[in-house]
Amino acid sequence: MVEYKDGKKILVTPISAEDLKDVHIGDILYLSGSLTTCRDVAHRRVVEEGREIPVDVRNNAILHAGPIIRPLENDKFEMVSVGPTTSMRMEKFEYEFVKTTGVRVIVGKGGMKENTANACKDFGCIHCVIPAGNAVVAAVCVEEIERAEWRDLGMPETLWNCRVKEFGPLIVSIDAEGRNYFEEKKVEYNKRKDEQVELISKQVGFIK
Amino acid sequence: MTKEAQVQKMTDMMAKFVGYTGKKLPDDVIAKLEELRQKETDALPKVIYDTMFRNQELAVKLDRPSCQDTGVLQFWLKCGTGFPLINELEGLLKEAVIKATKETPLRHNSVETFDEYNTGKNVGKGTPTVWWDIVPNWDGCEIYTYMAGGGCTLPGNATVLMPGEGYEGVTKFVLDRMTSYGLNACPPLLVGVGVATSVETAALLSKKALMRPIGSHSENERAAKMEKLLEDGINAIGIGPQGMGGKYTVMGVHIENTARHPSAIGVAVNVGCWSHRRGHIIFDKDLNYTITSHSGCVL
Repeated sequence: MVEYKDGKKILVTPISAEDLKDVHIGDILYLSGSLTTCRDVAHRRVVEEGREIPVDVRNNAILHAGPIIRPLENDKFEMVSVGPTTSMRMEKFEYEFVKTTGVRVIVGKGGMKENTANACKDFGCIHCVIPAGNAVVAAVCVEEIERAEWRDLGMPETLWNCRVKEFGPLIVSIDAEGRNYFEEKKVEYNKRKDEQVELISKQVGFIK
Repeated sequence: MTKEAQVQKMTDMMAKFVGYTGKKLPDDVIAKLEELRQKETDALPKVIYDTMFRNQELAVKLDRPSCQDTGVLQFWLKCGTGFPLINELEGLLKEAVIKATKETPLRHNSVETFDEYNTGKNVGKGTPTVWWDIVPNWDGCEIYTYMAGGGCTLPGNATVLMPGEGYEGVTKFVLDRMTSYGLNACPPLLVGVGVATSVETAALLSKKALMRPIGSHSENERAAKMEKLLEDGINAIGIGPQGMGGKYTVMGVHIENTARHPSAIGVAVNVGCWSHRRGHIIFDKDLNYTITSHSGCVL
């Protein structure tokens, strides 16, 4: 579902492919509902080991992150601090991961490449970044940790299934058409970098 | 006070100070981020800065580390030869990190190399990092603290250029790193550049350059000119906060230099992320302290 509130566009799980049709790179979104932390080894288990993911992420969201969790009583947990980790590490697994699990929204840090862009296009999914270094903002959007699976992986890699409210801001870096914000930007950046190197080089000829 | 009591007192103060720097940014960094925030006009950088400032407020309010990556602790000491705890200093700093890790809390960021296990204490062989500068005929001690996070450690690079490559080569070396690795290192960045005679001299200077207050300039006129040229040049690339585009990419560029061998230019680059958790504290011989980085911080 898509909701609008106080000028915010909020994706609410379950999310359909239709919900993502009007979402484009550079858009700012928020997420409410089911968000599960999922990173390196969990991707490897799903894609290479062929294991079934114990949290149903179909039409829901995952977050590339390793949080700081505080255990409470009765097998409950509190999210103390959570920030995104570099998404690029999951790039090699992401096409198969999206295909297998049916996840709709991937949140992380920095860009991803063709594998993920193709998955987004083929299966109706998006990749977003949440501004990094903002661990407290992200943690307070977590209303409750509902489940913890694959705990044998340790705190950073456990699948922490969270119920979040207006988690964000999320900036769309790959949309469901497969357009890639960072890859498009990098072309601009590299062009301007070459211009600047030339410009500065003319003024630093200190060895004469 | 007995020696033991003095060691305990300084350990406690350093643990508290380290924890504090994980929750609140230094004054100069906050001021610079505020300035850059005002200068951005597009919606994307604005929303990113709003998030950053809300995060820093919440971190103080909820008493939590502002970023989950509290880094490897690094200390740069300028210690007087007459400082009463000079012999105990390195050991007590390690104890202070262990204590701060429990109390703050900080993330466990020390993995022993080759044996490849996390010590679970946030300290290990050679961590926290301690760099010594000995100051003759002084009885005080000056300490820079730094939380070196993974994201902003990654762009670090050093090389030795041939003199034919000149300062033009230095420029290209620094700017190439910004577009390849800078994007993911949480800009706006503080960029430290070392220009010296070999890789290790340049590398250490590039890190020390990050301890200088934002807005300070090299004493060498040409180096100061190059700081400004690189700052304007990197900003003109348009990488912006979080690498998503914007008018300003850096909080500053600091160059530190030494003389060089006629046949070599050692050059290194090191970056600090926007969440530049640097502290600066000076002790006198009686352990009275002055904190210059964080106004209002009381230990």
